[in-house]
Amino acid sequence: MLKHREQAVLVHPEFRRAARRNFVALGVVLAALTFLPLLHSQTDKPASPAPTSRGVDGWGRPITAPAKDQKAAPAPRHDLSGTWEPSDATGTQILGAKAFPEDGKPEHRLPYTPLGLEALKRTKPGNGTRSVLPTETNDPVYSCDPQGFPRLDLHELRTTQILQTPQNVTILYQYNKVWRVIWTDGRELPKDPEPRWFGYSVGKWVDDSTLVVETTGTDERTWLDRAGRPHSADLRVEERFRRLDHDHLELTVTIDDPKIYTKPWVALDKFVFDLQPSSFDVREMIWSLSEYEQYNKLMGNNPVK
Amino acid sequence: MRTKLAAILLAAVGLLAISVPLFAHHGYAAYDTDHKVTLKGTVTRWIWSNPHCMIQLDVTDDSGHVVRWITETENPTTMTRSGWTDKSIKVGEQVTVTAVPVKNGNPAGRILEVVLSNGERLPGRVNPATQVKPDDAPKP
Repeated sequence: MLKHREQAVLVHPEFRRAARRNFVALGVVLAALTFLPLLHSQTDKPASPAPTSRGVDGWGRPITAPAKDQKAAPAPRHDLSGTWEPSDATGTQILGAKAFPEDGKPEHRLPYTPLGLEALKRTKPGNGTRSVLPTETNDPVYSCDPQGFPRLDLHELRTTQILQTPQNVTILYQYNKVWRVIWTDGRELPKDPEPRWFGYSVGKWVDDSTLVVETTGTDERTWLDRAGRPHSADLRVEERFRRLDHDHLELTVTIDDPKIYTKPWVALDKFVFDLQPSSFDVREMIWSLSEYEQYNKLMGNNPVK
Repeated sequence: MRTKLAAILLAAVGLLAISVPLFAHHGYAAYDTDHKVTLKGTVTRWIWSNPHCMIQLDVTDDSGHVVRWITETENPTTMTRSGWTDKSIKVGEQVTVTAVPVKNGNPAGRILEVVLSNGERLPGRVNPATQVKPDDAPKP
């Protein structure tokens, strides 16, 4: 693990030194080139044709969508278990938390405290209106730090598997093949615990079909989302998992961090998943440092014959 | 004097050789979305992996000069939604790639579509929601 981290540290300083040397000359050209497209609205560009399917699972079998005209059976009581596929592909959240993307719109501006603004300035994301040149990003997941919590809800939220016992709920996430445990045995959250990348979670059923989960003790090195929104060690996150009916699950995520944000805000609002058959195998989707280095080498270092 | 000159020349060559990976896992700001290129060539590398799948191809221009292009699309899991598999492209195959080129003139681009040697068309994925201009937003 240490060896990979050392290698990761080596990759970025090399790129930075090379970038600084060449950047001055290229900067003028790039600046000129970038001003031209600003005259056009990039959001008006046509999208690719819609995907022909929802894709395939890890075993190559088509991913199904529930029939639209069929009413699902009622939700089983106190049961979130199953393999859940986002009903649309918007869990990727490239511009940051889906309910508050970093897209420049005034209604998506977050209520930062002065400390929060200072913390925000330190993050240099690779996408969105605050994005920096790729050689300058300090997104911790690029050097293989875990996304941590709640970023695994707010960036690359994909096929999600939920396993349940009488004492806990375990959630398995497709992206980077990580899991977390939510304790439902009545225990309290620990006071002043050692921080964890994925925090500490407890859950309570508030009705037959809604589990409310509280998480604290998260590591403040993680970003909340892909847009580099910061959080402190005092962050509290509430997730509401609501089983709408037998075939649908809805997730809402609320961020509460008074050191960084002047009021709580909903980062993910009623995000819907569709139930998949129990035979569903989840595709692997892993952020690999060697694959990332290969990508950088090919895309950035393309030799011309 | 000669050593000094050699050192300067070496440094100059070194500077030229070190290519800046300008789009090392980029935002879409690197792409010139007002233009497209059509590349007919032979696949020299096919990479089906995170963070992006890539097709490298040798394209011969009208004057007979061969340019090696590198084109990318989304990660494998996302591409399965558009019908791609790890076996969609073969090294050595003749393909036509339509792509959005990068702004700095390097032979690199983002795939809009691939037409295979058997005529089958594979759509790329370019999500307009991700093409947000940097430094354009009112600051918080």
